[in-house]
Amino acid sequence: MRQDTRMKPELGESQAAETAPRRERAPAEAISLRAVGHSFGDLQTLAGIDLEVAPHGVVGLVGPSGCGKSTLLELVCGLAEPSAGAVAVGGDSAAEGRLARCALMPQRDLLLPWYSAIDNAALALRNQGMPRNQARAAAAALFERFGLAGFEPARPSELSGGMRQRVAFLRTLIAGKPVLALDEPFAALDAITRAEMQEWLAAALRSDPRTVVLVTHDVEEALYLCDRVVVLSARPARVVAELAAPAPRAENRDEAVTDPEFVAAREEALRALHAGSRGS
Amino acid sequence: MHDMGAKGTTRLRRWLLPVLLLAGLIGAWQIASSTGAIADALSLEDFLVPSPAEIASSLWENRILLAENAWVTLREILLGILCALVAGVGFAILMHRWRVLRDAAYPLIVASQTIPIVVIAPILVVWFGYGIGPKIVIVALICFFPITVNALDGLRSVDPEAVKMMRSLGASRWQRFWRVEAPAALPSLFTGMKIAVVVAPIAAVFAEWAGSSSGLGHLIQSDTANFEVARQFATVVVLSALALALIGLTALAERRVVRWR
Repeated sequence: MRQDTRMKPELGESQAAETAPRRERAPAEAISLRAVGHSFGDLQTLAGIDLEVAPHGVVGLVGPSGCGKSTLLELVCGLAEPSAGAVAVGGDSAAEGRLARCALMPQRDLLLPWYSAIDNAALALRNQGMPRNQARAAAAALFERFGLAGFEPARPSELSGGMRQRVAFLRTLIAGKPVLALDEPFAALDAITRAEMQEWLAAALRSDPRTVVLVTHDVEEALYLCDRVVVLSARPARVVAELAAPAPRAENRDEAVTDPEFVAAREEALRALHAGSRGS
Repeated sequence: MHDMGAKGTTRLRRWLLPVLLLAGLIGAWQIASSTGAIADALSLEDFLVPSPAEIASSLWENRILLAENAWVTLREILLGILCALVAGVGFAILMHRWRVLRDAAYPLIVASQTIPIVVIAPILVVWFGYGIGPKIVIVALICFFPITVNALDGLRSVDPEAVKMMRSLGASRWQRFWRVEAPAALPSLFTGMKIAVVVAPIAAVFAEWAGSSSGLGHLIQSDTANFEVARQFATVVVLSALALALIGLTALAERRVVRWR
């Protein structure tokens, strides 16, 4: 099934053209972390993390700053190796396999200033060997759908913070990988833009579901966007609490986040976060 | 519109003020030299202190001679810079790619700067003869350092997060180089190029002094022996104009290539 839909880098251009329209339906794959530990030299960042994400599940990771959340994403994406335990994506624990199945959206948007917005969004397609015009056409369809129409030729420096994040997210989405690893995607935005972007991302995931690991320090954001929120402790990070979100990616965000059940979940998460960051 | 007007004024100021200062200096020189004030102060014969007007007429009278020799020197400069660019960028890429090579070679490259390269020019003349060869080698040796060091700096300044992002988007090493590392290193490479084009004419002149039969440096040298002071100054003017043109072209190329800055 995966072979049908996933773009392989070695595919020729003509085959790429056939695969392109189907790219939007990425296969559903699960993530599994078993007793994962990680250290930089003597500094232990992760200690015995167990985490299961179901296919098309959306899991949020919240924790104090510097607790190793970004490292966890790099482990999932195959950009780093655990020093203990095992990380598997779609049952494959080899780094190459994880790299092929995951797309990372880093903390800063990291749009390349020498490319236009559309060329930044289409980077993954170009990397797969697709000719420029074809890659642009594929990305343009998503620009249209996600409120970026007209900004295709803009330089990243000409875009607002919210638009830059949208382009960065589309760049990640267009890669067509089954797993998205989002590292504090909206941390740099003001509160109003962030709320808009959360609704926008919720809509994007409703129409194009993927397996998602979302790192954030915003408990509300995690509870609104994710099915499940995992609270991590201060370094070395371990799981201190797991909560189910009451109404993941509800269409009306304002209603969802003021619902008593949501408020109760948020308070519970915050309590766990405080307890964890004190390093009990 | 307002903005454009203000920009136009500052641009005019930027050009106008140095030009006015230069005109003032040349004027003062003209007066001081035509009245014989400089020659008297230095107790020299008048013909050894040419006035700007005499230099200008020498420039005109010797235009063909100057143009022929300028072409010789320009060729040495351009070929030397080209060699330095190819070797410098290539070496910077290799040092960036292989950490061991960088650790081994970088200190040597820096230390090699203590060698007064112009002093080894005569040795190169002994080895390679009076032709264009040793001149290209000298210019290339002088330009290699700023180009290599700045290209390597540029490559090292690449955001490692951007490289990770590209890996995650399925980029091969080659694609990461061409789409992230090379463009990110370009502004720094141009900084090195701008230094190179400033020092290249000086290197070419020194190389010609070590032994040559043509070129602007050779012309200056033979005019020294014959007390052709006005023509010497005229040659210096041509050499400066050559260097300025090269700097201008490099800046223009940078603006054309590095459009995102």
